Amino acid sequence: MAIASENNVQPDVMAKAIKEAVFAGVVAFCMFLLFVGIETYQDINNQLVWRTRWGLLAVFVAVAVVGRFVTVAFIKPHLDKRKLAKAKTGVLDISEEKSFFHKHFLKIALVFLLCYPFLAMMIFGRQGSLKYVDNFGIQILIYVMLAWGLNIVVGLAGLLDLGYVAFYAVGAYSYALLSSYFGFSFWLLLPMAGILAALWGVILGFPVLRLRGDYLAIVTLAFGEIIRLVLINWTDVTRGTFGISGIAKASFFGIWSFDVGAANNFNKAWGLPSSSVYYKMFLFYIILALCMLTAYVTIRLRRMPIGRAWEALREDEIACRSLGINTVATKLTAFATGAMFGGFAGSFFAARQGFVSPESFVFLESAVILAIVVLGGMGSLTGIAIAAVVMVGGTELLREMEFLKHVFGPDFTPELYRMLLFGLAMIIVMLFKPRGFVGTREPTAFLKERKAVSGSFTKEGHG
Amino acid sequence: MTGEPLLKVQAVETYYGNIRALSGVDVDVHKGEIVSLIGANGAGKSTLMMTICGSPQARTGQVIFDGEDITRLPTHLIARKRIAQSPEGRRIFPRMTVYENLQMGAGLDNLKYFNEDVEKIFTLFPRLKERQSQRGGTLSGGEQQMLSIGRALMARPKLLLLDEPSLGLAPLIVKGIFEAIKKLNKEEGLTVFLVEQNAFAALKLSDRGYVMVNGKVTMSGTGKELLINPEVRAAYLEGGRH
Repeated sequence: MAIASENNVQPDVMAKAIKEAVFAGVVAFCMFLLFVGIETYQDINNQLVWRTRWGLLAVFVAVAVVGRFVTVAFIKPHLDKRKLAKAKTGVLDISEEKSFFHKHFLKIALVFLLCYPFLAMMIFGRQGSLKYVDNFGIQILIYVMLAWGLNIVVGLAGLLDLGYVAFYAVGAYSYALLSSYFGFSFWLLLPMAGILAALWGVILGFPVLRLRGDYLAIVTLAFGEIIRLVLINWTDVTRGTFGISGIAKASFFGIWSFDVGAANNFNKAWGLPSSSVYYKMFLFYIILALCMLTAYVTIRLRRMPIGRAWEALREDEIACRSLGINTVATKLTAFATGAMFGGFAGSFFAARQGFVSPESFVFLESAVILAIVVLGGMGSLTGIAIAAVVMVGGTELLREMEFLKHVFGPDFTPELYRMLLFGLAMIIVMLFKPRGFVGTREPTAFLKERKAVSGSFTKEGHG
Repeated sequence: MTGEPLLKVQAVETYYGNIRALSGVDVDVHKGEIVSLIGANGAGKSTLMMTICGSPQARTGQVIFDGEDITRLPTHLIARKRIAQSPEGRRIFPRMTVYENLQMGAGLDNLKYFNEDVEKIFTLFPRLKERQSQRGGTLSGGEQQMLSIGRALMARPKLLLLDEPSLGLAPLIVKGIFEAIKKLNKEEGLTVFLVEQNAFAALKLSDRGYVMVNGKVTMSGTGKELLINPEVRAAYLEGGRH
């Protein structure tokens, strides 16, 4: 029946699409008229004058019109048709047979990551690959690690933490201060930074034990700010907003150094041309190993009593207590474990940058990390990694979008629209995948065989 | 019944802020008994149940379990004394599978007896076996209640507290659940303390019963005595037994 009537429906849809597109255009015009259409600036005489930007306004309106038209005329009928087809077959999308890529996704991803720096060097040359190893590879992996660390607190234990960046800062400053004051090496300070961050996790955990949800979020937010303000104002130790520079590089387990002047320089020892790309590649493998450690620990913990207790705590705290779970200890270990990985990432960050300042640890960072966890699907390591690649990689890609200058004029700096796009991406993901990229929770225990478990209706079926 | 009771609630008073919810409650539960507590909405039945579990704690009076004063213990330590609870509203873990929910119940022994106990639960409630890899939240109300009781039993309890197991369930399912409780009591000597609004079914099942009104125990006796008591009949049975 639907197929027969399709031809009659078509003109209606087109008329409706045009109508809605015009309406969207009018709304966009009214909205952007003053914000985009008119610009104020100071002229040579320091007078504030205004000028119009009709071209840019036209671009905005055109995007709205075309976008609305395409949505109504093509995308929506397509989605409806798919939904209808699905409803007719009456089968949910749990197919047992997955494609080869789907089945071996993790293995493929790991092999790709292991080869990535060499591939980049082969394709883009020694200096050209710097950008891909450092800006894309290391940067994304740092966020993957941070998000996986936060995932333990937010995704598994269900404790909303808006100040996670504080532990990142603790780790970074632990390395920066202890290495520049006492000359300790990276490999000694990496675990130490983790332990110190875990300690701060417990310190944060104690006062907020009784809090949950919104109240907990506010207190953790304040905690993040307190750490940052201490870093800014404790100038004797942290040098305040100037930050700490000249932080020692990580060495190859003490055997070879990456300092240019050192006698046991890595490049010299291996007869390689002097280039910083080898150090970056080394760093890439360190952060990759740290990420794998985080993932391994998370997966192992989920199968252990403590991990199960975290997940149960997220579901129902009262039930947990009635089952003999010490909720105090459970929450504290969640905070400490999450913070520890934040600390590892922080000390790595300090070693990689060679410079830390409080500016790197603003609330926005916490928000970005949390956004990655939520977008990825709380609790899912794969989803979070994908979200980190999309979000952080997307930001880095924006810097590369030179061609946009031809569209929007030479003053256009795409990075400035980062947050706008970030927000847009979040809204879109939440509209279509409200539980994140990978929204289903993988069970940790099975009786005999793995069965497909439907996950979409869990909250609704309370009885 | 002779000897020390397994659970002895002595002159317990519990407050929510300044409001007194329980005023001087005495309840005894002996080993191997099924004891039910009946009463109207807001009489303090669930409060007594929660007080035994230490949340909220009794302001005065004592809760003695197995000869030990547990009045001031935190909830999780009370649970470790092998008092298992199937709380009001069931409170299963909705995103975890049935199997994982049962695992959570066996946490006290670190899953040592898990395999043999889980078989027992599956024989008692075959529905749970069918649903074992389904998420808790997708179960029907009756299945959730079975899961809640099953999870409590996984802890190998000395005392099982059941808070309104019949709440919102069809009579046939209630019957099934009550039969399972009876079976556990008969075959394994499980001690059960039951809070119920469904007075008729509860009293029929129980060895003894208590009637609670406004935070006080007003009557007690064997299940049969209470069932034929005219006051109990007038207040809790005649109206609700159609």
